[in-house]
Amino acid sequence: MERAAVYDSDLNLKATELRLGLPGRDESEKQSSRNNKRSSAEMENSCDKDEQESAPAPKAQVVGWPPVRSYRKNILQHQKNESDLSGIFVKVSMDGAPYLRKIDLKVYKNYQDLLKALENMFKCSIGVYSEREGYNGSEFAPTYEDKDGDWMLVGDVPWDMFITSCKRLRIMKGSEAKGLGCL
Amino acid sequence: MLNYFPEEVLEHVFDFLTSHRDRNAVSLVCKSWYAVERFSREKVFIGNCYTISPERLIARFPRVRSLTLKGKPHFADFNLVPHDWGGYVQPWIESMAKAGVNLEELRLKRMLVSDESLDLLANFFPNFKSLVLVSCDGFSTDGLAAIASNCRFLRELDLQENEIEDRRGQWLSCFPDSCTSLVSLNFACLKGEVNLLSLERLVARCRNLRSLRVNHAVPLDALQRILAQAPQLVDLGIGSFVHDPDSEIYNKIETGMQKCTSITSLSGFLDVTARCLPAVYTICRHLTSLNLSYAPGIYSDELVKLICHCNKLERLLVLDTIGDKGLGVVASTCKELQELRVFPSDLYGVGNAAVTEEGLVAISAGCRKLNSILYFCEQMTNAALIMVAKNCPNFIRFRLATFNPTAPDAVTMQPLDEGFGAIVKSCKGLKRLSVSGLLTDQVFLYMGRYAKQLEMLSIAFAGDSDKGMLYVLNGCKKLKKLEIRDSPFGNAALLADMGKYETMRSLWMSSCEVTLGACKTLAQKMPRLNVEVINESDQMEASVDDKHKVEKMYLYRTLVGPRKDAPDFVWTL
Repeated sequence: MERAAVYDSDLNLKATELRLGLPGRDESEKQSSRNNKRSSAEMENSCDKDEQESAPAPKAQVVGWPPVRSYRKNILQHQKNESDLSGIFVKVSMDGAPYLRKIDLKVYKNYQDLLKALENMFKCSIGVYSEREGYNGSEFAPTYEDKDGDWMLVGDVPWDMFITSCKRLRIMKGSEAKGLGCL
Repeated sequence: MLNYFPEEVLEHVFDFLTSHRDRNAVSLVCKSWYAVERFSREKVFIGNCYTISPERLIARFPRVRSLTLKGKPHFADFNLVPHDWGGYVQPWIESMAKAGVNLEELRLKRMLVSDESLDLLANFFPNFKSLVLVSCDGFSTDGLAAIASNCRFLRELDLQENEIEDRRGQWLSCFPDSCTSLVSLNFACLKGEVNLLSLERLVARCRNLRSLRVNHAVPLDALQRILAQAPQLVDLGIGSFVHDPDSEIYNKIETGMQKCTSITSLSGFLDVTARCLPAVYTICRHLTSLNLSYAPGIYSDELVKLICHCNKLERLLVLDTIGDKGLGVVASTCKELQELRVFPSDLYGVGNAAVTEEGLVAISAGCRKLNSILYFCEQMTNAALIMVAKNCPNFIRFRLATFNPTAPDAVTMQPLDEGFGAIVKSCKGLKRLSVSGLLTDQVFLYMGRYAKQLEMLSIAFAGDSDKGMLYVLNGCKKLKKLEIRDSPFGNAALLADMGKYETMRSLWMSSCEVTLGACKTLAQKMPRLNVEVINESDQMEASVDDKHKVEKMYLYRTLVGPRKDAPDFVWTL
């Protein structure tokens, strides 16, 4: 499937005047208002055209296009922000299990919810977290890889901080887990 | 002979006329019919609130019980009209209150509504039953509290896509225990929390509740309790549908849904975990209307799995995450489909899969009853549009928006004139059309020649010269609303047939080639039109040059002359 390829790469300020040339004339004049497959709508609260002129290349912006109601645009933006916040899906591995699982961290409200879900999913018992001893006393310990690439014990940091920094989960088995609990 | 019928008989006959167009026609027959009709009319529809004044309306229709008003021009939806342009409902409510009108129903679209207005409404119309607000703003939950507290016989409170300020009050708790009359409650657009206990109690005591649409603050467990109280619901709007699918609450919801055998319309999912969707599969079999266009993050596969169960669907609203493949599944599953809307899911990013002409063609091939479409797509081709025109000659509404407003045919690089030409030629009943993509004057020639039933036309970034606009003005005899932006139409087109505008409701032109001088000429020659020039930049104050191009012009027919509530930046010429 061919895509329309007549896009100009330099942002012509004249383009933000929202004038059209005749077809067959200079293509760049007509198409220079966007050089992406898709145009993006101006994110603004007023009809202030000055905002457009300072829009950075390569995405030029046209007021009111695509023609989507501001109500809908606001909802979309809000939803996008929300999903950007939470980590969504992360892989979960358990020592000894033949394959990994994936869970959506957004679904859970706190550590309790998460651990219960993990226990259900892997049919294991993880036990209760304690700051001093970790998950000592249980066969398994939940750990996670954070943004720095370090393996951390689940439960140390506040929940909100956890879901934004967790890249993947690993349920460690007994002997290894004991080591963590002693730290 | 009909003139010798006593008035009561005429009135009884007119009772069967529900459409305001029919009633308008009837009132033109003769003076006695006019008189009988005006005293018996209870429902009044006013497409432009500035066409007439409240006083004159009440004088002509003293027995009005239901009023529908529309305010701002349609392009206000896309931020092209300043917020305080106008469209205030306050004078209407004041006049009706003063005249002792027995108002029972008020339906508003794109109007400015204040808490004061809502307060008046709630306190001066003891029989008030139904409030429907679409795309309005200017009010808060305090106004809603007034309605809830005081309207003793309230049956309908329907809030669609309004910007409502949340005052963190407990408006929902303001419904008194004695309120049991609610049939329809829609607060999906509210941003804030509601008292869940009050909501549950309200639902429990309103045994006639048919339609309930909640906002995102109503979680899944509350929904489950509500459904248990209202298995008679016909229309459900889900708030938050987020939960662990392995939990007991989820199981309860699933069983609860099975009991709701009357639900034919489903919407919402304002927050959703895709893995919870199977809970609604049982309802899907009965659904005739499904709106998933506000549901974030449901991928194509999950959408498809849901839609597979919906073979009675007549109306579907989705995001373009459904993809062309997903639309193919819709085409093979939803044979009763009449209306489809595909909205963009990503307005700011690049490269997310959207839908293309392939999805549209698939739909047209599978859903032969399709008569209304709104389609945002990445690209379009003439061949596709020609195929669609052939498959679906029954379109009443056809609206297309390509992400690039001047995108040519993606394969041939030609303008999309032939494609849209095929649509207007084939769809003889077409009433509403929005075009998009690279378009020359030719497409307007086709419209003028074939689109004989066309009432509303939206044009953006299209055409070459005045000829384009003239083809439309001359050929589309039933044209009521014409809105044009960023197109090279100028004075010659505007002034060629000035009388035409008195047969239309309104004309909007922005970023075109029309000058201030031409607007002045038009305003001078046509006293029954209001010609408004909207000018937000400071330039105009300095140089009032007639040769200057007008930024935005909005003209409409009116019986009451220039409006008195126009803000500074609106000049009525």
